[in-house]
Amino acid sequence: MKETPLSNCERRFLLRAIEERKRLDGRQTYDYRNIRISFGTDYGCCIVELGKTRVLGQVSCELVAPKLNRATEGILFFNLELSQMAAPAFEPGRYLNLFLKLLYISDVWLKISKMIYLFKIHFQVWQIRVDLHLLNHDGNIIDAASIAAVVALCHFRRPDVSVQGDEVTLYTPEERDPVPLSIHHMPICVSFAFFQQGTYLLVDPNEREERVMDGLLVIAMNKHREICTIQSSGGIMLLKDQVLRCSKIAGVKVAEITELIQKALENDQKVRKEGGKFGFAESIANQRITAFKMEKATIDTSDVEEKAEEIIAEAEPPSEVVSKPVLWTPGTAQIGEGVENSWGDLEDSEKEDDDEGGSDEAILLDSIKMDTGIEVSDIGSQDAPIILSDSEEEEMIILEPDKNPKKIRTQTTSVKQEKAPNKKPVKRRKKKRAAN
Amino acid sequence: MAEAASVAAECLAGCRARGARSVLGQVVLPGEELLLPEQEDAEGPGGAGERPLSLNAGARSRVRVICGPGLRRCGDRLLVTKCGRLRHKEPGGGGGGVYWVDSQQKRYVPVKGDHVIGIVTAKSGDIFKVDVGGSEPASLSYLSFEGATKRNRPNVQVGDLIYGQFVVANKDMEPEMVCIDSCGRANGMGVIGQDGLLFKVTLGLIRKLLAPDCEIIQEVGKLYPLEIVFGMNGRIWVKAKTIQQTLILANILEACEHMTSDQRKQIFSRLAES
Repeated sequence: MKETPLSNCERRFLLRAIEERKRLDGRQTYDYRNIRISFGTDYGCCIVELGKTRVLGQVSCELVAPKLNRATEGILFFNLELSQMAAPAFEPGRYLNLFLKLLYISDVWLKISKMIYLFKIHFQVWQIRVDLHLLNHDGNIIDAASIAAVVALCHFRRPDVSVQGDEVTLYTPEERDPVPLSIHHMPICVSFAFFQQGTYLLVDPNEREERVMDGLLVIAMNKHREICTIQSSGGIMLLKDQVLRCSKIAGVKVAEITELIQKALENDQKVRKEGGKFGFAESIANQRITAFKMEKATIDTSDVEEKAEEIIAEAEPPSEVVSKPVLWTPGTAQIGEGVENSWGDLEDSEKEDDDEGGSDEAILLDSIKMDTGIEVSDIGSQDAPIILSDSEEEEMIILEPDKNPKKIRTQTTSVKQEKAPNKKPVKRRKKKRAAN
Repeated sequence: MAEAASVAAECLAGCRARGARSVLGQVVLPGEELLLPEQEDAEGPGGAGERPLSLNAGARSRVRVICGPGLRRCGDRLLVTKCGRLRHKEPGGGGGGVYWVDSQQKRYVPVKGDHVIGIVTAKSGDIFKVDVGGSEPASLSYLSFEGATKRNRPNVQVGDLIYGQFVVANKDMEPEMVCIDSCGRANGMGVIGQDGLLFKVTLGLIRKLLAPDCEIIQEVGKLYPLEIVFGMNGRIWVKAKTIQQTLILANILEACEHMTSDQRKQIFSRLAES
């Protein structure tokens, strides 16, 4: 399916919000979303949730013949699956570019980092295979995938092996406990999104922010502050000190994330040792509707009320919203008001004056205006067309002069009673209008 | 909830049709058959005889009942096709009222007469292609705007937001939408202004917010001046004076779905104070 296009107003809003250092979910510019790590029952299986982005990682191993040019090293095989479950737009064959880019980054990062030391076992080596499945795409797949891969590899246990001379014995999990992989270090990717040609940067962009970004900088680092990979895409030109600043931020973030990973691994280890229940089913709390729970977004509301009050105090009262048609008679309606009357003197219009001075028309029109104002505001925000009181109708209806005097008497406002003697000039004016 | 589900499961196992009146407000599962009230009287095992025995026992008075979303007619009975709560509305005059199932859904299916917010994806000749969140983009002719003529074309760019209604929406053809009503007036439809934020929520929340006496909208209106447009396809467009206010409103509306009314009142009172 085609993905939903980004509308102009969303793009404009996001860029303006970023200029004011505001993000949609209330985070600061250098904040990560909540990271949640849960483990499955098998060793090497984990789900990492970075906000709403979810990645499932699974590690498996087997003994194979080594590559010809690297006879003593094990093989680390890495695969990232972007299924349509993640986003409707991920059709097979359609998003090749994104997929290849992600694969390339992850591959490069993992291989170069030489995370795992795999030795040769008598003409055979271990082939470790990491499969990552993207379950939901809400931005920043690279970071989530890197965390999932690291966690899965650290969690994995491979079968124990002993070599005696030419004999290789592979023990099953029942015979001997599986052995963890020997991990040198844990490289984690941190993504920086750039906007407005490198002026603004955000850490951990979510899906909407990714759509409007100009470029992406990915830094893979471990907790010893060693950079494994830096990759910049999107064609933005970055200054040296920007890249240095990003690497410093990445150092801080990686330290936090590594601590989180280690705590999660320890917790899981403890639960398994104590014989408690573990696995995905246990990580979902019972008796609670977690599927429909939304995490609280911290929005800073401190300044808002003052601004609102200022604005309301300074702003002029809004002009009448035009959506309600004013029904003069059945069949004739008016939407909005025309330009202000420039015929008579507006200063002379006295609303309580009983004299019929020269400016009959002006008084009439202004009093009608005032009436309109009163009635419209009384009715408030209904959507039905406004049917004016009979004093307005009197001006328009020529065919039923009998009704009108009665209706005028029932109205109690003083202004309307003035109009009874003005019937004749009204009709004259009507003709004038018709001529115009 | 658990009891209702187990009763429903039992019923399916026993293949007994239940009376629609007895399960109003409870959860029903797809595949269940429901009996309408007059059938229930005649066939139900313990049906208390509300109506006295009619002299002509053969003829049963036929009442016209409307099947709403989530229900389908199956012979003389109603077949449930979506899981959710069964609802009923009494008729204004005559007829037997409307039955429907309140279910939760995020993906929109175009329905004739619905007002939706669409995003213009392409301009080709005389029509615009508008994405409404369904399986196909809807087509919108440039003449379907108020005051549009062949010489006087509306100012619509790719990427603009449009608020319109469907005139043709069935499963065999691509949907068609217009931005005028039957009298030729815009009535609020057309291109939505430039600023503001568009976000997506579930369809159930939109229906709740558009209900006649929705408290949420009244409370939100008391907070700040704002403009808001609801599309039945789950899209809401919000605009307030500053970006901060717009963000707050967007987050409140998204969160309203998962909050009880007490929690909501708390949040609103906290916002009003701060």
